[in-house]
Amino acid sequence: MKLSIIDAARCVGCQSCMFACVRRDNVAGIASSCIFIKSRGGISTGFRVITCHACENPPCARVCPTNALELRKGGGVKLIPEKCIGCGHCKEACIIGAVRWNPEQNKPSICIHCGYCVKYCPHGVLEMKK
Amino acid sequence: MNSDKLLHKVLYIDLTNKKFWVKNRKDLFDKYIGGTGVAIQLLKEECPVGADVFGPENPIIMAVGPLTGVYPLASKTVAMFKSPLTGNLGESHVGGRSAIAIRMAGYGALVIRGKSDIPVYLSIHDKKVIFKEATTIWGMKSSITAGRIMRENEKGQGVRSIMRIGRGGEKLVKYAAVTAETYRHFGRLGLGAVFGSKMLKGIVIAGENTVKLSDPKGFKKLYNKLYEAAVDTSLMKKYHDLGTPVNVMVLDKIGALPVKNLTERNLKGIEKISGEYLAENYLARRIACAHCPVGCIHLAAIREVSEHEDYFHKTTLIGYDFELIFSLGSMLGITDPEAMLKLIEEVEVECVDAMSVGVVMAWATEMFEKKLISEKETLGLKPVWGNSATYMEMLTKIVLQENDFYSALAQGVDYASSIYGGSEFAMSFGKNEMPGYNTGPATYLGFLLGARHSHLDNAGYSIDQTEMLTKDLAPEDVVDKIIKEESLRQILSSILICFFARGIYTIDVVSEALKTIGIDFKDDELLKLGREILSEKYKFKAAEGHSIKDLRVPERIYEAKDPTGKITSEFIKRGFDYASDKLEEK
Ligand code: SF4
Ligand code: SF4
Repeated sequence: MKLSIIDAARCVGCQSCMFACVRRDNVAGIASSCIFIKSRGGISTGFRVITCHACENPPCARVCPTNALELRKGGGVKLIPEKCIGCGHCKEACIIGAVRWNPEQNKPSICIHCGYCVKYCPHGVLEMKK
Repeated sequence: MNSDKLLHKVLYIDLTNKKFWVKNRKDLFDKYIGGTGVAIQLLKEECPVGADVFGPENPIIMAVGPLTGVYPLASKTVAMFKSPLTGNLGESHVGGRSAIAIRMAGYGALVIRGKSDIPVYLSIHDKKVIFKEATTIWGMKSSITAGRIMRENEKGQGVRSIMRIGRGGEKLVKYAAVTAETYRHFGRLGLGAVFGSKMLKGIVIAGENTVKLSDPKGFKKLYNKLYEAAVDTSLMKKYHDLGTPVNVMVLDKIGALPVKNLTERNLKGIEKISGEYLAENYLARRIACAHCPVGCIHLAAIREVSEHEDYFHKTTLIGYDFELIFSLGSMLGITDPEAMLKLIEEVEVECVDAMSVGVVMAWATEMFEKKLISEKETLGLKPVWGNSATYMEMLTKIVLQENDFYSALAQGVDYASSIYGGSEFAMSFGKNEMPGYNTGPATYLGFLLGARHSHLDNAGYSIDQTEMLTKDLAPEDVVDKIIKEESLRQILSSILICFFARGIYTIDVVSEALKTIGIDFKDDELLKLGREILSEKYKFKAAEGHSIKDLRVPERIYEAKDPTGKITSEFIKRGFDYASDKLEEK
């Protein structure tokens, strides 16, 4: 299963999904969520919903010098934190901007496609897909 | 114990010397929670009695609360200052992304002091404040363009708030607003003019952070409960579907919607500016404040055809809500939806409070109708109910203060009527222009007695609609209810949840929510604190010369019919006497 977007045009920009992703770690706030919502160019123009596309051949994993990003079954990657040296190459390699950075830990925030955020989108923007 | 280190940090900014520093104010947050409770204390510390509203000594305080960034619908920021419009307590609330941005930037409050010698805007990122030159965007006609330029120059996309003023604030219109993002405003009481007097064009603030919890399990459980309540109940339906404009037809039906400066009770063609009609014909998109699943902000799209070029269209997205439809629609007799939306857009461009300017223009129209002023004062304009083109021109003249008359209008209807007459129908209360409720005596007592003279202080209109219509409440009962509600709302605005969520955030929920982040207050302690915060505000007002008995009551409210038929001068006077005992220290 992977996280995917049904229709970004329905997004109201509430960022409930971002807060949800952060809550998985038993904290509140908005730092280093794995899903990211920003306006296209001012809020009147609507929102961009940036999620990990769970690529089959993910560039983020390919550029990691320490193999800290392992391929995940069903697409995407898994972070092995002990291996990660915080170089940030993965972040650069993901041109859709789905690899965000956690400055506190100096490691990438990698979506694990758990679907937690989907439950908190009140407007039917997100879903879990095979 | 509350160990929320982020919240306790107050960022002090000195515009005169271009300096900033952070101070830990755990003392204030421990005692007053946050938001309004903390802001009034900071205001009292910073603002000397008798301060010149446009002098460097008038501070700007902005505060958020402990639930901001933690629980859903905690989406507001409170601003406090000495109001240019009323000369006493200035307090205004805004949503958008402001609250989350301030909290996630790592602050519980901002205190802005002094006055810059050149136009600047503040860029607040990574624990630093950069004073940015704003000369090139100062004086720009559109505040929307100025906002766009700030946006393009700044980082923090997605996690920032951009607040700015327009020409209204720069020219010190006493009811100038500050816009956050687009479509959200510190509208009331003239914060925009205080920004303008300090040569402060705007503020960009951004950050990402996490808040540690003392009971993560309890937090998640309560979060789910509140989230479910927000999206499952009628709340979502009421505010998301049609939004606040649903009230237009509701109030029109009972004859409580102010029409043409309250000279009439109903407006022919009102359906065309109703929430239903606008949603069906113009609604383009809904947006939400950060961390609010409801999404009540409604944007209408209008498409204008160019006069000069075939197949050339300009599409504009315009935010609308009930208060705008009242003040720039029914109050001015405008029922053409596109004309009204264009006027709303123009008010957004100039960045003045829509309610104030609508009421001011309604008064000017009646003055002109009654021949108490002439084209000499209006500089050739002939204001007539429903003529939006004239109101567009009038708006510009007010902002630019083209003559003495327009500069009087820029100071509010209370002031203008003190010079030109017509105070019987100058519809302001406590010098703040009225909002769109002519529901009965509780509404007016609510405006008059509310610490910031806003309908949201104590929801007097709701007492009218639920009780006054069917029962005979004594003025004393009404005042008791008003004070009780306003005290409770001090808590809601100290934790800074959106008032639309007040039904979900009952006092026991508030104490439970605070507990999960390590803040202990019993329900009755919270209620007591709410009352205390209200008294603190009243003390500030009193020190600035405010007195309930001196409040001007426009006679129009006694003549205009309202649904209860119970508004009498005797009722208001008894309310005043009783409220004075309760609220004013002798
Ligand atoms: S699927 Fe899970 S990890 Fe990915 S964005 Fe949603 S909550 Fe975060
Ligand atoms: S929760 Fe849904 S509507 Fe809200 S920001 Fe996320 S995707 Fe958009």
